[in-house]
Amino acid sequence: MSQDNKSYFLPGPSFWPLISSISLFLLAGGFTMMLNKVAMGKPIFIAGIISLAYLLFGWFKEVIGESVSKFYNKQVDKSFRWGMGFFIFSEVMFFFGFFGALFYARNVSVPWLADAKLLWPDFVAGWPTSGPGLTEAFTAMGPWGLPAINTLILLTSGVTLTWAHWGLMKNKRTQLKVGLALTILLGAIFLYLQMHEYAEAGFTIKTGIYGATFYMLTGFHGLHVTMGAIMLAIILFRVMKGHFNSHDHFGFEAVAWYWHFVDVVWLFLFIFVYWL
Amino acid sequence: MSTTTAAHHDDHGHDSHAHPTGLMRWVKSTNHKDIGTMYLWFSFAMFMFAGALAMGIRAELFQPGLQFVQPEVFNQLTTLHGLIMIFGAIMPAFVGLANWQVPLMIGAPDMAFPRLNNMSFWLLIPAAILLMASFFVPGGAASGGWTMYPPLSVQGGMSVDMTIFAIHILGVSSIVGSINIITTIFNMRAPGMTLMKMPMFVWTWLITAYLLIAAMPVLAGAVTMLITDRHFGTTFFNAAGGGDPVLFQHVFWFFGHPEVYIMILPAFGILSTIIPTFARKPLFGYASMVYATAAIAVLSFVVWAHHMFTTGMPVAGQLFFMYSTMLISVPTGVKVFNWLATMWKGSMTFETPMLFSVAVVFLFTIGGLTGLVCAILPVDIQLQDTYYVVAHFHYVLFSGAAMSIMGGVYYWLPKWTGHMYDEKLGKWHFWTTTIAFNVTFFPMHFTGLAGMPRRIPDYSQQFAEFNMISSVGAFALGISQLLFLYVVIKCIRGGTKATNQVWEGAHGLEWTVASPAPFHTFETPPQVK
Amino acid sequence: MNKKVFSFLGTILGSALTLVASTAHAAYGLNLKAPVTEIATQIYDLHMLIVWVCLAIFVVVFAVMFYSLYKHRKSVGHKAAQFHEHHTLEIVWTIIPALILIVMAVPATKTIFAMKDTSAADMTVKVTGYQWKWEYDYLDKNVKFISNLSTTQDQIDNKAEKSENYLLEVDNPMVVPVGKKVRLILTASDVIHAWWVPEFGVKQDAIPGFIKEVWFKAEKEGTYRGQCAELCGKAHGYMPIVVEVVSEDKYNGWLIAKAEEAAAGAAGADKEWTKDDLLAKGKVVYEKNCAVCHQANGAGLPPAFPAITGSKIALGTIYGADGKYLPDSHIDRLLNGKGVMPAWKALLNDVEIASVITYTRQALGNAATVDPVVQPAQIKAAR
Repeated sequence: MSQDNKSYFLPGPSFWPLISSISLFLLAGGFTMMLNKVAMGKPIFIAGIISLAYLLFGWFKEVIGESVSKFYNKQVDKSFRWGMGFFIFSEVMFFFGFFGALFYARNVSVPWLADAKLLWPDFVAGWPTSGPGLTEAFTAMGPWGLPAINTLILLTSGVTLTWAHWGLMKNKRTQLKVGLALTILLGAIFLYLQMHEYAEAGFTIKTGIYGATFYMLTGFHGLHVTMGAIMLAIILFRVMKGHFNSHDHFGFEAVAWYWHFVDVVWLFLFIFVYWL
Repeated sequence: MSTTTAAHHDDHGHDSHAHPTGLMRWVKSTNHKDIGTMYLWFSFAMFMFAGALAMGIRAELFQPGLQFVQPEVFNQLTTLHGLIMIFGAIMPAFVGLANWQVPLMIGAPDMAFPRLNNMSFWLLIPAAILLMASFFVPGGAASGGWTMYPPLSVQGGMSVDMTIFAIHILGVSSIVGSINIITTIFNMRAPGMTLMKMPMFVWTWLITAYLLIAAMPVLAGAVTMLITDRHFGTTFFNAAGGGDPVLFQHVFWFFGHPEVYIMILPAFGILSTIIPTFARKPLFGYASMVYATAAIAVLSFVVWAHHMFTTGMPVAGQLFFMYSTMLISVPTGVKVFNWLATMWKGSMTFETPMLFSVAVVFLFTIGGLTGLVCAILPVDIQLQDTYYVVAHFHYVLFSGAAMSIMGGVYYWLPKWTGHMYDEKLGKWHFWTTTIAFNVTFFPMHFTGLAGMPRRIPDYSQQFAEFNMISSVGAFALGISQLLFLYVVIKCIRGGTKATNQVWEGAHGLEWTVASPAPFHTFETPPQVK
Repeated sequence: MNKKVFSFLGTILGSALTLVASTAHAAYGLNLKAPVTEIATQIYDLHMLIVWVCLAIFVVVFAVMFYSLYKHRKSVGHKAAQFHEHHTLEIVWTIIPALILIVMAVPATKTIFAMKDTSAADMTVKVTGYQWKWEYDYLDKNVKFISNLSTTQDQIDNKAEKSENYLLEVDNPMVVPVGKKVRLILTASDVIHAWWVPEFGVKQDAIPGFIKEVWFKAEKEGTYRGQCAELCGKAHGYMPIVVEVVSEDKYNGWLIAKAEEAAAGAAGADKEWTKDDLLAKGKVVYEKNCAVCHQANGAGLPPAFPAITGSKIALGTIYGADGKYLPDSHIDRLLNGKGVMPAWKALLNDVEIASVITYTRQALGNAATVDPVVQPAQIKAAR
């Protein structure tokens, strides 16, 4: 335990910041080129992904190493908590922007367009809609069926994760491992079903504002579930290696917070994107 | 682990023995002072670059007709001038000051996450490269204004994508930097430094960091929608698909208005630090300053659509945003009155930082009052997108934010370098900057009222005289900043030895450490009474 | 000492105010343009009220500051007091500004409601913003025309003397009768523009795909000039608005003249044109409508605006085997547009489209061998 470590841990000089800068530069530059059909784009983008993977792996490895070497005292632990909390807050705001777009489209722009009879004589307000200019028929996604099942899956995964946490608190390592593994499995099933849903969907991201908001919101959510599942897998791996104990397990908690955040976002998605 | 002070150096062991020198000192830095220094130099470089773009703008506007650049290039100049000044110059300069001063002011050994701190800085470099390099791609740099309104920005070329990704990267940098600052302030204060004892600069930065974390992700979302509209067939901002170009403006300004306060609140903090020092008198109304700052921050999230009064919102929306905007002038006024009351019956001296601060109070208030004029919706109908608005936001951003930064730099320079700057040259810099600034921007109120739209490369002849005056002022303003560079370099290289306290009236932890501040400070937390 | 300071400050402020007041109506204008509508008058008065209130606050507050700067200096031996709060004072200077704000908000609110009331209009004009021109459609009068900047490129390039209304003059001004409530229905075809005439107190964004309504009732005959007030691309500074407010009689005469003009244009579509006539007409149409992007010499501004010279579209086949025009052919691109290129069928008549197609196929360094000439009748059929 690191309680007796009085001073705040200050890391020494590090190359990781520079590598993060280089990898984001490659990613941004490469992706820009790909979007604009410049030949060099793809290799640069791939180089960016590789360096980002190297960065995340290397940096987290270093931090985990410092953690197990007991360099961190209570105060550092608290810093991590503040940091993770505000990171999740920033993610909430990111989704807030997209939900805002959804509400605006449904309650403001679509009714206004329907009122603009001079420009769009035949358009009637309603939801879902692909707008007045795109008239191809499409079938919207209903809430009951796959989305409802996915809701149950994610809610259950929240329960299994909490159960794993109890296991950690009570030092029941098997319960911890089983709970984590179940959570990851449920996350994977969720992602599989989500991909299945995309494949079967009767509309695309180009299906007007409905398609745009649907795919951007569920897509970014899916991306977050993927990241959460990967992080859970890393935590499981660390648990296997014997990391964490009942009073020193912030890594576990951070990922758990993240997972619950992703859960809550899904509930909003289920209500506002699929259901209402 | 040992608990003695002697041994605690070993805890951050790699720190004391393998201390890189030369370039690696900066590249691999985890030291808040070095990172602060890098931030400040970076922002100065960007300030000069974006300033050079402004010189291009003013050269073209010197006379009616087209002389130097074609309209499409002119639009690129205005767009990148805005983007780089905001994201490259003003914001990083405030972060640089925060990096240097926040740990010193609260008695912390460093920032809470030193490596992330360095990452926040190094992410600025690719973003700056993307923005500056965009001038050289086919079609030139982004030309749809710094606000990037669609559908115009959907029309643009590759440079718009570069700008969008630059904003994404800057967003990551700002969010990580803000998380770092908030965590540092909440978790690293010296024992006894309660929240209500914190220096005002720390308070304003705490609230600014909140604004950044809340606003930057929304901007990221807005530009993400823009890029999918550009390349992946979404219709967020396209009426044919049920979207609305004005939706972008709502999302953008939901970020954009807090952004305005992100760029002014730390400036308020600097003023609240400098004025008491040179008035030799405690800050008047500390508590009300804190509450006013918080009130401004909260209100900043409900005023965004005052940037959109001419988009044709329903009456209810227009009234709401007009009233909420007017309301912001109440806490802002409280701040101005508090500064005046701080000066009142003080024992004032007018070194360069104080000159800048007094000028900021005076000139910022002009910007604040013209802001109130713009808040009155019917009047704004005439002023929206005219040079009046250009004058207004330069009074707020240049004579508010940029001049506060300059004042702050003069104020803390002796602490950073261990030398006093050249007071005489500093005063020259102050007077040339202040006069040139007013010559540049004051006439713009009149050109705007008389009906000159902004973002035009050429204008009707009735505006010729005032534009010529503005251009002359702008060149003088640009050249004055070279003097600033000279004074700073001269101060780094030598000068009168600075004492620890530096200023007779200075109070606070940062003045208890040596000048120049040693590489590591407050490794043993000081006790604040 | 006190007196001296105040009289000094008073002199400065007094002379500054006199200066502002005396030059307020000078030629260049230091203030809002003289209003000619009820709303613009209200705005003008509202602005003056706020400016005077703000100026008064400013003078009082900074008189205090400069007094303090003068008196409370260390160099004059002033010793610092140590007070740092005063609750009554703090409450007072929170409440007084709030009260002043209410005084300002009341008239502003009234004006907002008046501005929004587009009911009971005498006439309606649909105004559409294009890159970079305005189209006016007098909805129930069957009059529709484009209004382009008429300042020449030579004036802009400093090769010719600038005219009196440099950049504020158009070929086809909007004409409205005096004293009538005119409702404008604003929209845009490509990007956001803003229709602004300062004297009317009207500025409204024209948003593609949406309709926004404003109104004005000009009380005084005359010519009023404004500009686009929303960045809309490279020629944003070159799409002015000119409104001529005339007597009812003049207005009716103008309507008839416009209708005849349109009829003459439409009649031209039925006759067979010679190549030379088409080229001559096409050159005029090109320079007015196309040169701003594709440049007067046809070189374009790639990649945003492709070159006409050597263009595959300008030299390629127009018609398919079935006798209909091909997708992405010259006629298709002109009529329907693509991306930044507007759909010209709404903007130009058959003669204008046919002549500009012929011109771009045979001039600007091009000499198309397939479909060398396009007749107005072909365009009429293709619509």
